Amino acid sequence: MAIVRKNSNLHLALIRLRRNRLALLGLAVLFVLVFTAVFADFIAPYDYAEQDLLESFEPPSRAHWFGTDEFGRDILSRVIYGGRISLQVGIVAVALALFIGGMLGAAAGYYGGRVDEVVMRVMDILISVPRILLSIAIAAVLGPGMLNLMIAIAIAATPAFARVIRGAVLSIIGNEYVEAARCMGATDTWIIVRHILPNCMGSIIVLTTLDVATAILAASSLSFLGLGIQPPYPEWGAMLSAARGYLRDDAYMTVFPGLAIMITIMSLNFLGDGLRDAFDPKQKR
Amino acid sequence: MFRYILKRLLALIPVLIGVSFFIFSLLALTPGDPANIVLGADADEAAIKIFRTEQGLDDPFLVRYARFVYRAVAHGDIGRSYATHRPVAAEIVTVFPTTVKLASLAVLTAVVIGIPFGIISAVKQYSVLDSVTMILAMVGVSMPNFWIGVLLILFFSVHLGWFPSSGFDTLSAMILPSVTLASNTLAIITRMTRSSMLEVIKSDYIRTARAKGQRESVVIWKHALGNALIPIITVVGIQFGHLLGGAILTESIFSVPGLGRLMVDGIKSRDYPVVQGGVLYIALMFALINLLVDLLYAWVDPRIRMRYR
Repeated sequence: MAIVRKNSNLHLALIRLRRNRLALLGLAVLFVLVFTAVFADFIAPYDYAEQDLLESFEPPSRAHWFGTDEFGRDILSRVIYGGRISLQVGIVAVALALFIGGMLGAAAGYYGGRVDEVVMRVMDILISVPRILLSIAIAAVLGPGMLNLMIAIAIAATPAFARVIRGAVLSIIGNEYVEAARCMGATDTWIIVRHILPNCMGSIIVLTTLDVATAILAASSLSFLGLGIQPPYPEWGAMLSAARGYLRDDAYMTVFPGLAIMITIMSLNFLGDGLRDAFDPKQKR
Repeated sequence: MFRYILKRLLALIPVLIGVSFFIFSLLALTPGDPANIVLGADADEAAIKIFRTEQGLDDPFLVRYARFVYRAVAHGDIGRSYATHRPVAAEIVTVFPTTVKLASLAVLTAVVIGIPFGIISAVKQYSVLDSVTMILAMVGVSMPNFWIGVLLILFFSVHLGWFPSSGFDTLSAMILPSVTLASNTLAIITRMTRSSMLEVIKSDYIRTARAKGQRESVVIWKHALGNALIPIITVVGIQFGHLLGGAILTESIFSVPGLGRLMVDGIKSRDYPVVQGGVLYIALMFALINLLVDLLYAWVDPRIRMRYR
């Protein structure tokens, strides 16, 4: 969306978003998280895999703000690098789901008939298994690793996008400007890309934002179960899982990865809720 | 009504076929020969060959799938566990009640706490109580389940020693897992109840009820809640289904011997028939719960009930 015309829906939504303090807070925190993730190499005080067995199980101190883990690795650095992994998995998985789900949903809504029937029945099948369970089953089959984790989460997220985009397409397709474009000889692709998609941008942006939160949560859940990111890579869920073994004496280890997940999810939710209110002021609660 | 239920039950069949096909092909594509998983990596060729023939592993994929469906439908046989050699169906039936109990306790906790708080929050919109409730709800939505579980164990088992940190056999052992599993749902139900009530409270018939001098408590709890209940029921129903899936994490944190734990163990030991059976079973339950939720609508809302006649 390079062009933001004055008084366009997007422009009005952005104006409304600017008045929502919680959404702005969420956005600010996300900026910080993305920044630290991108420049983790310069910001993190230590390397995420650097072991120092003489300094293992150090509680938070000046040298190690978040303490050290069972191998003497700096937890702050691992949390920072973990953000890189979580954001990467969340964003790539949702982008994948948006792309596939979007194409399927747009095709189903636009062409209707048999295409619609087939696409939506397949989506119904995927929806008939609870989302986290579907991800777990797929990840179990694909095996551990970041790419497989992304695929498992993306597949489970696809039906939601297909449904929302199909619904949006159906609500727009009856409008006169679509008919006008068709009369002028526009191709189907052109109509979908140029006329229909921009008009359901609002619901797509909202769903995408909220879904990145869901995806990050799913990624850490899977890693917690040992299905996602493997050691020594510092995934927040995997770090929590490892810290569980030292609850009795070194509880600080469980605090920071959990906080990191919570803060990330919360800012995405604030931003997503704010975007929803901004794009659909009538729905405002 | 009866015809409607029947129609919905019939509509389940293609979905279940689809899910079973999806899961079956997923597991068929898995690298690794089941014969090696069962007999060990260094089993000799002859034994592997016998095993493969016995299990029909050399047949084409569609034949294997058809046989799976036939056995499942005709005999309720969805394969045997590689690890215990017991029928998967029997294993699932043994552990499933525990998962249902866990999920039910969680939903109960969430409903009993979430709906009243949602209502009070809506009635006293913008009050301190409303803000605090909404902040807590936001925290509840954003905290990963497993982190809540770990923190609860840390405080209530390790430090205070009030509740055991694992198991599910006594009432005190059920409290932490249920609260853990309930936390996200509780937050969602609170938020949903609040927004649903806010919408209803502004409507004309509430003003009418107040105008005719009805007591405020009756207005809120009868007129308003009665109408706000439909979206709440939807959320509760959907959540119950998701809790069956989400129980996987809770069960593995607290070592609850339920379906989730069975499946996690199955995944770890590559006991695929168990995983496959578990996913199918939950999909079936999920679908039945959705049907139940739709029927509940009719019970709550006379307008919908009329349509089914």
